[in-house]
Amino acid sequence: MNLNLKKESLRKVNETLQSIDRKSNKKIFKVSNPDGNHAICAGLKDEIEVTIDGHTGYYCAGMNMNANIIVNGNVGTGVAENMMSGTVHVKGNASQSAGATAHGGTLIIDGDTSSRCGISMKGIDIIVKGSVGHMSAFMAQSGNLVICGDAGDALGDSIYEANIFIKGKVKSLGADCEEKKMNKKDQNILRSLLKKASINESEIKNFKMYGSARKLYNFNLDNVSEY
Amino acid sequence: MCGIVGIYLKNKKYNSQLGKFLTGMMNSMATRGPDSAGFAIYSSEKKKKYKYSVCSNTDQVKEISKKLSKQVKDIKVKSISDHLIIETVMKPKKFIEILKNHDELSLVGYGSCIEIFKQVGNPKDVVKNFSLEKFSGSHAIGHTRMATESAITTDGSHPYSTGEDECLVHNGSLSNHNNLRRSLQKKGIEIKSMNDTEVAAGYISNGLSDKKSLKETLLDGLKDLDGFYTFISGTKNGMAIVRDEIACKPAVVAETKDYVAIASEFQAMAHLPNVNSAKIFEPEPGKVYSWGK
Repeated sequence: MNLNLKKESLRKVNETLQSIDRKSNKKIFKVSNPDGNHAICAGLKDEIEVTIDGHTGYYCAGMNMNANIIVNGNVGTGVAENMMSGTVHVKGNASQSAGATAHGGTLIIDGDTSSRCGISMKGIDIIVKGSVGHMSAFMAQSGNLVICGDAGDALGDSIYEANIFIKGKVKSLGADCEEKKMNKKDQNILRSLLKKASINESEIKNFKMYGSARKLYNFNLDNVSEY
Repeated sequence: MCGIVGIYLKNKKYNSQLGKFLTGMMNSMATRGPDSAGFAIYSSEKKKKYKYSVCSNTDQVKEISKKLSKQVKDIKVKSISDHLIIETVMKPKKFIEILKNHDELSLVGYGSCIEIFKQVGNPKDVVKNFSLEKFSGSHAIGHTRMATESAITTDGSHPYSTGEDECLVHNGSLSNHNNLRRSLQKKGIEIKSMNDTEVAAGYISNGLSDKKSLKETLLDGLKDLDGFYTFISGTKNGMAIVRDEIACKPAVVAETKDYVAIASEFQAMAHLPNVNSAKIFEPEPGKVYSWGK
């Protein structure tokens, strides 16, 4: 089914995609002429496949549940923000806050993302084939962020229990983020994520892992004199 | 919030459509800034002539023209909505002094190729009032304002111009503008309003008058201007964009062999020719990008 945003309103297109007849066999949709509109495919909850042909604006595929969404273009701020499950695959670049606060599902970005990729992520798996901007994985709580390129300043600042896997250079680490030794379990996680994004598994050896030093979890008694 | 847009044409075949392109860009950014709007258009240079863009608070254009022509020789006045474009050979220093005696007029910009228009109201109405669609030129910059730290007036609207053929639009806010305003005023830079962006425009004018390039001046600004900003700055040779190091104010650039377009959001350029095959990127924080002759 083809949904043309030049002919139908964004609200109508989203309504159609949000209220799928579960008994029907219509499972594949295409959205054409996105023209940078905001909130395209936000709030989908069924197991459908949607291909967006072009560039989108803010919050594309936000709050996604179950749906598999492919964007043949770039996406604006907050792609797949607060996603619960399903897959979002961006064939171009993403703007800031990609996958922000998302609880689950998989976000694959073929290009680069700008700042704050995976900010406050709560269980999502994000795989970026390019580089990420500054403050990525800021306060990341759970889930995995895989970066095949480089990371900007303050990677993983104030990170909790999320993992960051990175192949390229880290410009600087944020507070309480440190390199970790990768064990078998971590390697298996990375292997399955690379597989999801069709990246050669042999690349595993080129990745480093970062996580929380857990020094901000509790008050440091040495600082008591500050009060 | 605020919306900012800019377009620089590399291919002259589009010059006659500059106004049309900018109209679409400003209309789509109306949602980011519904309070007021303004734009600067650069067209080909008129040798030894100056164009003064003036906002008038009366509609008695004929009387104003008559009065001015007594004081200024060889004058041509074109009126569009509440603005006058006054063309004369008279140099800025002298002409600006004369303008000061006309309480009903306020200068919004001047130079050999710039024309600036700004007005309170929804951007969609503002661009209609000034018939932006009909303008042609080589590059243009626009702004749609959601007012934060100063009043919704024409004085508080962008673009700001504090020097010949210069203009600046801004999305964001500056925190050290009061101090900077004082130090720039001491250096003789005229800053009329209490608006933060006008101070940044004055800062750029000061840098350019010290024979620094626009790029150098904007790089210095990263140290001296404290706050959040994405700036698009225009001169008669072209335009430049810079974002502060935190880069929380958005910007996206689309470049083709025919033009470079900048906007707060991609949707502002979705109507431009062949934009889907353009090179599209977000300017990196703390880096100056410029295009021009």
